[in-house]
Amino acid sequence: MSEKRETRIVYGEALVEAGQRNDRVAVLDADLFKSTRSVLFRDAFPERFVDMGIAEMDMVSTAAGLSASGMVPFVNTFAMFITAHCYDQIRIQICYPRLHVVLAGSSAGLTQGPDGASHQSLEDIALMRALPKMTVLVPADGVETRAMTLAAAGQLDGPIYLRLGRYPVPDVLPEDYVFELGRAKWLRDGDDVAILACGHMVAAAVDAAEKLAQEGISAAVVNMSTIKPLDVASVHEAMRRRLVVTVEEHSIIGGLGGAVAEAMAEVGGGPRLLRLGTRDVFGESAVADELLEKHGLTPDGIASSVAGALSH
Amino acid sequence: METSERTLRLKSVSYREAILRIISQAGAGHTGGDLSAIDILNVLYNRILNVSPQTASDPDRDRFVQSKGHCVEALYAVLADRGFFPSAELDTVCRYGSRLIGHPTRAVPGIEHNTGALGHGLAVAVGMALAGRLDGRSYRVFTLLGDGELDEGSNWEASMAAAHYGLDNLIVIVDRNGLQITGPTEQVNALEPLADKFRSFGYALRQVDGHDIPALVEALASAPFERGKPSLLLAHTVKGKGISFAENQAGWHHRVPSAAELERAWAELAAQRAALEGS
Repeated sequence: MSEKRETRIVYGEALVEAGQRNDRVAVLDADLFKSTRSVLFRDAFPERFVDMGIAEMDMVSTAAGLSASGMVPFVNTFAMFITAHCYDQIRIQICYPRLHVVLAGSSAGLTQGPDGASHQSLEDIALMRALPKMTVLVPADGVETRAMTLAAAGQLDGPIYLRLGRYPVPDVLPEDYVFELGRAKWLRDGDDVAILACGHMVAAAVDAAEKLAQEGISAAVVNMSTIKPLDVASVHEAMRRRLVVTVEEHSIIGGLGGAVAEAMAEVGGGPRLLRLGTRDVFGESAVADELLEKHGLTPDGIASSVAGALSH
Repeated sequence: METSERTLRLKSVSYREAILRIISQAGAGHTGGDLSAIDILNVLYNRILNVSPQTASDPDRDRFVQSKGHCVEALYAVLADRGFFPSAELDTVCRYGSRLIGHPTRAVPGIEHNTGALGHGLAVAVGMALAGRLDGRSYRVFTLLGDGELDEGSNWEASMAAAHYGLDNLIVIVDRNGLQITGPTEQVNALEPLADKFRSFGYALRQVDGHDIPALVEALASAPFERGKPSLLLAHTVKGKGISFAENQAGWHHRVPSAAELERAWAELAAQRAALEGS
């Protein structure tokens, strides 16, 4: 197994690579550049780095101005601050005029850990997904984080939300993985159940599928790293099993689970859907593994929920 | 009066007529703020900004961001006059299917940025000014703020950044008409001492009568007011300026004139035109 990496760390390294490839890339941060790892870009390209201080709303609007003037801004702070705190600015200044701005939400999800609910973004995917013209990306591992970061600075256009975490995960994708917007990656096929996961939960879902196999349950695992636009064809393919499961380090309301529920309901019929994630609650302080355990988001927890749902 | 000044002042009369026509046909709009800002927009678009329909995507053009987006009727009147779109289109403002909607969008030729939620424009202008510096371009970025929207804290965040980065390619104009939707700014959430606040935030500041055309031309042409600092022009204006019964009335923030009020307004504006033509 490969070395485990945090997607926020890989992102910081990839940002420098993006800056080398594209001299229009500019980076903004709100006094968290060490944690978001945009410090690496600052050191490599100080003239294209803008520290806004602890002024996130100002940072988002300033990025809009930079984009409107031809730059490709990457905006950095914790996921909760960039999405909830700046929603109006993102909506009016970036999405409405469809500007190419990359909002990198760092330390997303429960695994932010000890800071507790104020810093644990469990609604950010839902918030960003609701915005017209927004693309929502949740990389599964280091390989995909690099691919998405370079794509966001290159061939992609428009507003992009890139959700990054601070939980070390093994690479689940091959080194030669090519990111395609809106195309889910089937990591493993299986006949009984399809587990659609995003972010940190993809590696956990792969492990859960192994455990289920030992119980005689054949589980497919799909990396749904583009939440918007959703790979609806993969959802339809998943519906050929007895059960569809979504797993995310996010509320079951409005995120991957919400998106898949909408896609399944529009087709109608088909199997039932089990949404795994946080269940309409705020986070709390603890180390990451304790919180994943509590919310049933470990490989054992996922396998147990899936087996339970199949037995009903 | 110099020919140049008379020409501009006649334009202001025409713009005021256009604003009232737009608001009347739309059945909606922001009469008071349009009329307080129109002389500023007149000077900007006819004497200061190096913009034209032919150079609308020139990377070296000056930028203008109207943060007080609700006063879009005034902007539409000026942009149509400058040829960014046909004047006949002004009859479609706020109508179904029209691109001239109730707040500025980039879909309209000549408009640089979407606004409407207050307190956003200054930070966008800061981004444009930073981009100009990063690109080594000499364009200037102008933004027009209402005084009511200064309640929004984002203006003060953006002001800190503008001063911190020494953006002397940024010129902020405040339409200080003293009224916001529910009453005088000093009663709603007092702004004074406003000039002192702006100076302490790092601006080079000048004050002007926002309806004195030659004074506006002189002040805006002199920007930056100081090298290494963002400029702030505090323009003292009258909400509803030019229509006697609308002046200094908070109720005219978004009131639509009745037929009888329109008749009075046309007569007042006709008298203003006649006085200018005879001067």
